[in-house]
Amino acid sequence: MSARLNPRGGIAVGLLAILALLPLYASLTGDAFAITLFTRIIIMAMAAVSLNLIMGYGGMVSFGHAAYLGIGSYAVGILWKEGIASGFVQWPVAIAVSALFALAVGALSLRTRGVYFIMITLAFAQMVYYAALGSDRYGGDDGMTIRQRSQFGGLLDLGNRTLFYYLCFALLIASIYLVSRIVNSRFGLVIQGARSNERRMRAIGFPVFRYKLVCFAIAGALCGLAGALFANHTNFVSPAMMFWTRSGDLMVMVVLGGLGTPFGPLIGTATYLLLEEALSRVTEYSGLFLGPGLLLVALYLRGGIDGLMGDARRG
Amino acid sequence: MLYFIEQSLNGFQLGMLLFLLAAGLTLIFGIMDLVNLAHGSLYMLGAYFAATFAEATDSFVLGAILALAATFAAGIVLEIIAIRPLYGRNHLDHVLGTFGLLIFFNDLVRLIWGPAGMTLSLPSEMLHAVQIIPGVYYPVYRLVIIAATLAVAALLYFTVMRTRLGMLIRAGASNREMVGALGVNIKLLYTLVFGLGAALAGFAGLMQAPILTVQIGMGENILILAFVVIIIGGVGSIRGAFVASILVGLIDTMGRAFVPDILRSVLSNFGASTLGPALSSMLIYMLMAGILVFRPEGLFPAASK
Repeated sequence: MSARLNPRGGIAVGLLAILALLPLYASLTGDAFAITLFTRIIIMAMAAVSLNLIMGYGGMVSFGHAAYLGIGSYAVGILWKEGIASGFVQWPVAIAVSALFALAVGALSLRTRGVYFIMITLAFAQMVYYAALGSDRYGGDDGMTIRQRSQFGGLLDLGNRTLFYYLCFALLIASIYLVSRIVNSRFGLVIQGARSNERRMRAIGFPVFRYKLVCFAIAGALCGLAGALFANHTNFVSPAMMFWTRSGDLMVMVVLGGLGTPFGPLIGTATYLLLEEALSRVTEYSGLFLGPGLLLVALYLRGGIDGLMGDARRG
Repeated sequence: MLYFIEQSLNGFQLGMLLFLLAAGLTLIFGIMDLVNLAHGSLYMLGAYFAATFAEATDSFVLGAILALAATFAAGIVLEIIAIRPLYGRNHLDHVLGTFGLLIFFNDLVRLIWGPAGMTLSLPSEMLHAVQIIPGVYYPVYRLVIIAATLAVAALLYFTVMRTRLGMLIRAGASNREMVGALGVNIKLLYTLVFGLGAALAGFAGLMQAPILTVQIGMGENILILAFVVIIIGGVGSIRGAFVASILVGLIDTMGRAFVPDILRSVLSNFGASTLGPALSSMLIYMLMAGILVFRPEGLFPAASK
């Protein structure tokens, strides 16, 4: 949190600068794919930021985070299909439904600990996946193409790639700021305290369960917003985006960047997605390298990329 | 009524299959405290091995035996190279590391066997349907699956409860350090248990191979079902896994078979056909949620922790 430019701050500032200038580069070189790729990185980073709030700061290892991404997307898709294209309706609904689902999942799963929690969040996410798979009206297995991006009554035209890119970028910055405000508030300190020693927090007199539940719902809401952006980015929703391996990807992004650090999710997401993209250009079998890489990260790189920069923070 | 009996048998068969996966998972978790997402990959390997060996030897049974041995060996190698360093780490590390292994195995299989998938054909005498009770015909092969998995379950029960190895396994589950301190080669024990879990998963895969297509990622869906089974049964409990497997297998199969019809009698046709498929596939998760409300540790919580 110091103002000095250490390597840790350097990476974050550098990455933000690259992201801010990317549309300029893209328009100069005519590389439209760069915008598409980085819009995806930014949106996924937002989902990772929300997962970091509960997993990194709150110690709640949720293995079902892709569900909120999917719920947010489907909220946009379903409302469009039913004739409501206004973003003023779609986005709040995406956020609210995700938050409600997170409340329900949290209320059940936060009663349990450790590996139970991991498996239960995983199972509930899979339930949403199957629900989407079975919903024939909204495309079922094949997914559904959304022919119209969210309408903001002439205020914003999301069809404009650059504008949409900057909107996502601004929302990402806002969510990083929001999460860092939350974790440094009294509420966030209770959450972090519960991660270190829940029993002690309860003994002091905090209703830890309620705190964690609210935190869980906030993360769900934030990820739902990312989902709404994602639907607008791809113009498409499908159950595949909620399959449990997607949740695994999100976890990887958060851990890779550095659990419980403000910019870790962004750094991790950019690294993971760019690596995946680069590998897929060299080899057809990127998993042969990516998979063992993940194992090595789990074994030897506990603090993620952030941890490489020395121990500023205790783990 | 005939349909009902047929579907019950299907459900039971799915349950037994889930038990093979869940037993391995829950053993590995109970003894090594390891969350293994790569368990579904071993299931997939079992199916691919079986398809390959059956084609090479021209015999389903011989292929199945070879595949079982091969998955056991693969499990042992995997444990020694990649799983061992994960012991004693926290669960997040396990999830991350074994998720990496799952990605690795998917592409490894694609490299070796190609992206197309395989089929495993059965000997002709297993293709028939036999009359099990008057008027009810059921495919022989599905009966074979039920019998074989029941036999394996009995064998597993006998091994864990009645043999020296089983005694060590149970001892390891209740107190690892103590077993090690008493001079048991705990490393070897872990490797054997992991190999056993791998063989069980491989067995499930190879038995299922003739019914489904053998394809990449086939273990990923069923792995989650196995997790649901473990949650309902109680993590670390084989008995719990057995009961919960049958419960989940039956409810899932029956739900898919009958819920749309039941809904149709209550709701309008349109409502039923939109809600039916989604609702029936959500049933087991609702069951899981319901059980969690009353018994957060599952139906048969492992006695020690």
